[in-house]
Amino acid sequence: MYELRIHGRGGQGAVLAAGILATALIEEGRFAVAIPQFGFERRGAPVAAYLRFDEREIRQLTNIYHPDCVLCIDPTVARAVNIFDGMKDAGMLVQTSAKALGELNVAPQVATVGLCDAVSLALQIFKRPITNTVMLGAFSRATGLVSLDALKRAIQDSNFRDAGLAQNMEALERGHAGTTVHHIERKAAA
Amino acid sequence: MSAVLKPRSRVVVCDANEAAAWGVALSRVDMVAVYPITPQSSLVEFLAKFIVDGTLSAELVDVEGEHSVMSVLQGAALAGARTYTATSGPGLAFMFEPYLRAPGLRLPLVMSIVTRDTLTPQCVWGGHQDAMSVREVGWIQIYCESAQEVLDTVIMAYRIAEHPEVMLPVNVCHDGNYLSFAVSRVELPAQDAVDAFLGDKDVNWHAALDPDRPMAVDPLTGGSGGAGPRTFTRYRQGHCNGMQRALEVISEVHEDWEKHVGRRFAPLVEAYRMDGAEHALVTIGSMTGAAKDAIDEARARGEKVGLVKVKTYRPFPGATVIGALDGVKAIGVVDRSVSFGWNCGPVYQDVMTSLALARSAVPALSFIGGLAGADLTIGHFHRAIGEVAAVARGKAEPGRTLWLNEAD
Repeated sequence: MYELRIHGRGGQGAVLAAGILATALIEEGRFAVAIPQFGFERRGAPVAAYLRFDEREIRQLTNIYHPDCVLCIDPTVARAVNIFDGMKDAGMLVQTSAKALGELNVAPQVATVGLCDAVSLALQIFKRPITNTVMLGAFSRATGLVSLDALKRAIQDSNFRDAGLAQNMEALERGHAGTTVHHIERKAAA
Repeated sequence: MSAVLKPRSRVVVCDANEAAAWGVALSRVDMVAVYPITPQSSLVEFLAKFIVDGTLSAELVDVEGEHSVMSVLQGAALAGARTYTATSGPGLAFMFEPYLRAPGLRLPLVMSIVTRDTLTPQCVWGGHQDAMSVREVGWIQIYCESAQEVLDTVIMAYRIAEHPEVMLPVNVCHDGNYLSFAVSRVELPAQDAVDAFLGDKDVNWHAALDPDRPMAVDPLTGGSGGAGPRTFTRYRQGHCNGMQRALEVISEVHEDWEKHVGRRFAPLVEAYRMDGAEHALVTIGSMTGAAKDAIDEARARGEKVGLVKVKTYRPFPGATVIGALDGVKAIGVVDRSVSFGWNCGPVYQDVMTSLALARSAVPALSFIGGLAGADLTIGHFHRAIGEVAAVARGKAEPGRTLWLNEAD
């Protein structure tokens, strides 16, 4: 079972991103369950969404406390919440940021980082910093766990229409293309 | 979140609110009355969308509050319509007066309770306290574990409610938040299979408001003179008999659903890994998935533990529950609500009553968790299994109430 936690802020579409990713994974033949974190759903407040997927049926309907991967779709939410809380060793971080890897605060259990300047891309595409579909492209590129094609079909099958659909397809592709993947070498403990 | 995977299959990736709305659409209801309330809102929004896009041909009445929702549906049902609504927490409270009348009128309404903890302290999140607070007013209550079970059970609820020997309203309960908003894979049964399963629509044949067949509905009864006492008493007896008959009908309907659609759900009670179990948990609702995972892990390390899930809660299938628990040395019942008067969970109280009626004295514990959106994880169930195992070995006192999220 693979466990993903998405961090963002209210209004960026973290919960919708989890649903689109679940749709893509299910379409590719896996079992997936996406659950939003229950809290105050104000625009701009830190929010989280959880997604599990597996080759077999998932029965537990619970939050995720020990994610394999953290997908952070907001550049500053990590100042407000500990996005690495409970993360498994050798984990994956997919982060939106305009900064270089060396300037980011990355927890020691992270082994791989996918970096994407999703805010800049979203401002170009949507004229607003809505980063969810950009970062789904980044997740696909960084992890290889879901294909870009499956994500495209999931977005087509969602409630996006007309210009919104075209913009989100572009966001997905540009997020995928605009992501760099970094492997962090850490010295083994003495 | 809503996505139909097309045209490859009739698989939908959706939450249980949307799954319930699909069940309503496939049941070809005639009348929907709604008032949105968290965490039910998206369910009635999906119904409105289905009516607009032609998926469902029904009349939707967007009323000013839940009291009117239930009143509108009673009128519609008395005129022979198949009806639906859904509510949560405070909405259910506001509906209470006409809600009480529906079962006595023997109206086959189907209503989802998207369960929510009751005020106060202020909360808008899941918990069974709303549904549990109406467990004794004469509606049938069924609790679901997954979004698929929600969809299938909403459809089955019409067969149960409209059965001529039942004729009672049914609440299909699904957990607020953990089911209402969790997105997963759901298979839509084919419309022709649902049509064949439901048969010809013949809703409320016994009391349809029909100008050619005038009749009084709900005349004054009771008191101590004339035909009042016996009339009222016989209505109550008939209601109770209908509830008891529902136990058999619910089982028959689930069997028939499997024949038509190929999916089987335990109708009253599911026994999970109870073979040779020395102790057991009893669960209800969406917590059951994590509890089953915990049971599997405990079994893998050699512990003889099983699980009994209650699906049909009113009428309470006491004999079936006790049969499923046969042979265990200790029981732990996990509730997502409380019985204030007994300082325990309501399902625990029902299991204890059933044990007493069966002249069984198996020691038991009441666990209360998952209130107001609190998470019930595999870890919480391991704690519960450990506590029950200690009682089974005689190392801990039974009869206690333990709160699972006290330190979360």
